[in-house]
Amino acid sequence: MSEERKPISTDSEWTFELIEEYDKELARLADRFRLDTYPNQIEVISSEQMMDAYSSTGMPLMYNHWSFGKQFLHTQQNYEQGHMGLAYEIVINSNPCIAYLMEENTMTMQALVLAHASYGHNSFFKGNYLFRTWTDADSIIDYLMFAKKYVAECEEKYGVEAVEDIMDACHALMNQGVNRYKRPRPLSAAKEREMQEDRAEYIQRTLNDIWSTIPKTEEKEESKIKRFPEDPEENILYFLEKNAPLLEIWQRELLRIVRKVAQYYYPQRQTQVMNEGWATFWHYTLLHELYDEGKVTEGFMLEFLHSHSSVIYQPPFDSPHYSGINPYTLGYCMFMDIKRICEDPTEEDKHWFPDIAGSDWLETLHFAMTNFKDESFILQFLSPKVMRDLRLFSIFDDEGKSYLEVNAIHDEPGYKEVRESLAAQYNLGNREPNIQIYDVDVRGDRTLTLRHYQHESRPLEKTTTDELLKHIHKLWQFDVKLDSVADEKVGKSFMCPEKK
Amino acid sequence: MGIIIDRRLNGKNKSTVNRQRFLDRYRKHIKKAVSEAVNKRSITDVESGSQVTIPTKDLSEPFFRHGQGGRYKQVHPGNKEFISGDRIKRPNGGQGQGSGQGKAGNSGDGMDEFSFQINHEEFLNHMFDDLELPNLVRKQLQDATEFKMKNAGFTSQGSPDRLNIIRSLKSAHARRIALGGGARKEVKALKRKLRELEVSAEITDTEEVEQLQIRIKELNNKLKKLPFIDDFDLKYNNMVKVPCPSNKAVMFCVMDVSGSMTQEIKDMAKRFFILLYLFLQRNYKQIEVVFIRHHTAAKEVDEDDFFYSRETGGTIVSSALEMTRDIIDDRYSPNDWNIYVAQASDGDNWEGDSSVCSKILTEQIMSKVQYFSYVEITDRAHQNLWREYESLGDQFPDQFAMEQIKTPNDIYQVFRRLFEKKETA
Repeated sequence: MSEERKPISTDSEWTFELIEEYDKELARLADRFRLDTYPNQIEVISSEQMMDAYSSTGMPLMYNHWSFGKQFLHTQQNYEQGHMGLAYEIVINSNPCIAYLMEENTMTMQALVLAHASYGHNSFFKGNYLFRTWTDADSIIDYLMFAKKYVAECEEKYGVEAVEDIMDACHALMNQGVNRYKRPRPLSAAKEREMQEDRAEYIQRTLNDIWSTIPKTEEKEESKIKRFPEDPEENILYFLEKNAPLLEIWQRELLRIVRKVAQYYYPQRQTQVMNEGWATFWHYTLLHELYDEGKVTEGFMLEFLHSHSSVIYQPPFDSPHYSGINPYTLGYCMFMDIKRICEDPTEEDKHWFPDIAGSDWLETLHFAMTNFKDESFILQFLSPKVMRDLRLFSIFDDEGKSYLEVNAIHDEPGYKEVRESLAAQYNLGNREPNIQIYDVDVRGDRTLTLRHYQHESRPLEKTTTDELLKHIHKLWQFDVKLDSVADEKVGKSFMCPEKK
Repeated sequence: MGIIIDRRLNGKNKSTVNRQRFLDRYRKHIKKAVSEAVNKRSITDVESGSQVTIPTKDLSEPFFRHGQGGRYKQVHPGNKEFISGDRIKRPNGGQGQGSGQGKAGNSGDGMDEFSFQINHEEFLNHMFDDLELPNLVRKQLQDATEFKMKNAGFTSQGSPDRLNIIRSLKSAHARRIALGGGARKEVKALKRKLRELEVSAEITDTEEVEQLQIRIKELNNKLKKLPFIDDFDLKYNNMVKVPCPSNKAVMFCVMDVSGSMTQEIKDMAKRFFILLYLFLQRNYKQIEVVFIRHHTAAKEVDEDDFFYSRETGGTIVSSALEMTRDIIDDRYSPNDWNIYVAQASDGDNWEGDSSVCSKILTEQIMSKVQYFSYVEITDRAHQNLWREYESLGDQFPDQFAMEQIKTPNDIYQVFRRLFEKKETA
């Protein structure tokens, strides 16, 4: 750039004025790249506060639970002994979008965090279809406020222990507490409270319906006894909330609260690679743009690039630091690669991606961000070049064989296979066991039967499953049974209480 | 463009409640860790907290998840020499393959133990949980012989060294204003009148001028006579005597170091002393420790000698008690000090001395001390000292306690029992 360079800051100390200045510049650039965001709320906090935020799943307010305390102690211990640095930022999917900046950060880091969180993540939250469908950024804070208050009231009325009993069980079932196909209604705290009261009354009146079918022995119905529920129910918490025979109203409400929170996190769990990749791509792009305009110094860029490259470092599989694929790396590489394919496609790209090769990169990137989740994003956009760059290979592990097999690597015959296995890896349906409510012995001893539909004949882990059944039993309060099913045949069974 | 908010001043201890919940939930584990730490500590090391370690399996938050087995495909980065079709030996226990959990398990799977730090306060709280010194009298206020001087406003009488200059001058100033106000106002008015007369066009009435001048002089003289400072103005800092409870305790560690005491027994005794010391430290601001060891004769020593020097010889317990009594009389007036005595022994005593002990205790020591505790570290049958002391226990049920320790494991329990809350009958 031939213009004279006029950097916003030359010092590593930050001030509120400088943050504002950077924010203004970034907002201008974000606008140019059509990043549509919720309004930003940038909060400067201390490292202690960051630890607090860490241990309440990042939310600014949360009901109380011992497990958050455990998380806090863990974080504190690691941080104070220097095993771990704190994340530079936490960002919350809410409207306005809240981003935390740590006061210890340098000016460069604050600018990086602003670009990453307030423009990267923020636009992802607002744009991606999963977030648009499943979460309600406007009401989450309100809802948590309601939840916190409600839980506290219950603790006051029924004792901390009684509440924790239920909460422990709910937390264990959190992953089984989401609707995958139905969109929940957005609710504000006030409405939620109102509804809660209506609900309480309604449940009281109708709960016993399924039990009211007192065995009519005269009418012989042996032929076709309908199961209850008629179709298997995957949302276990929902089923228990509505149907567990002996739960008190307030206990049902607690189930609901945990269910709602789980639902809120559901999109995040499915878009980790995309979300981080998107934010990383944009902090990289926006800050380079600032540099090109002469708004930041070379020292700034060096510091930024240093931390950028440690964020996207991917240790190889045989490194002691290896703990799976780094979502930042994968996501960032893929978005960069999409841009490259659009701007400067090779023959290979034209063959693999005829639709996007040579198209407008910004358009394509926005399209990818809006309409995919990790699984489909990888399936759609992972290019041979990225596979080669990351040197991806796929390992096949079959219990029946004494060895592991490398079934595909980053070469012509392997690209498709690697891509498919990697995509499958991000499919929550494969990752987590598929467990559904199958039947209730309505006429008999009220035994609740769950079914585990086995995927690739993978078994359930025994100890945790036993624990889980105890939790379900605590909520259902009658016998609970879990069958592992493969090819319509029942394999291993778990019972709670265990049969003598 | 966003809003920037400085939240640094908001509370930072949002997690306190959750932390406490966690500690409450794992109270059992923490207690265990604490009592282990106590056994290892030295008597001087009471300021730190403690590391508590809990096996992860005890605090797991389970989720449904896959176990080993079945068929997996897993993609890894950083391929070096593999090509399709390569076969690799299965790593032991399947750990190395990171079967889908390396990524999902970010909440600390794979850790065998969960450790965290509890602070000094919590450490002691757990240790002294529901303990209370018997008859723990912070010396009754009326008995207190110790006083503290405290500021209590101002008085108009006092000794010159308590004179408060600012207050005094302020009050003098106020007095001068109050007394001289009228005169000063009049002087002003007269002066103005005088000037008017002097500059008026008419012929001046000399007589009137003179009269005015005299009056002004008069008033000025009167003003001058007002004293700059008067006895009446003097203000003194007022100090009052406030009785304050005695906050000092002295602890006598009395131990038999005769030939029959092995190092192991001494170590056990040491734990006992440490615990008492810790407990006192929690209740008193200032604690002194006196170490008295004895065989046939008693000697006051420092901590190191007390626990580690070797002696041989017979045992005469009364020598130590006499020494304790003398030191109390010499240095630790029961009016100023809360006195605690802890005695440890293996129960041996010279025949015929036990009754002397009992006599010294009843007549000369028990009335001065808050508490006397005796532990007998032995697994043999009790001897005459124990029997002699037993009768003391009946005489002073609230002040005297004794226990027998057999193994190191008993120590903490004994300690607890010694200081258990006595139910007020």
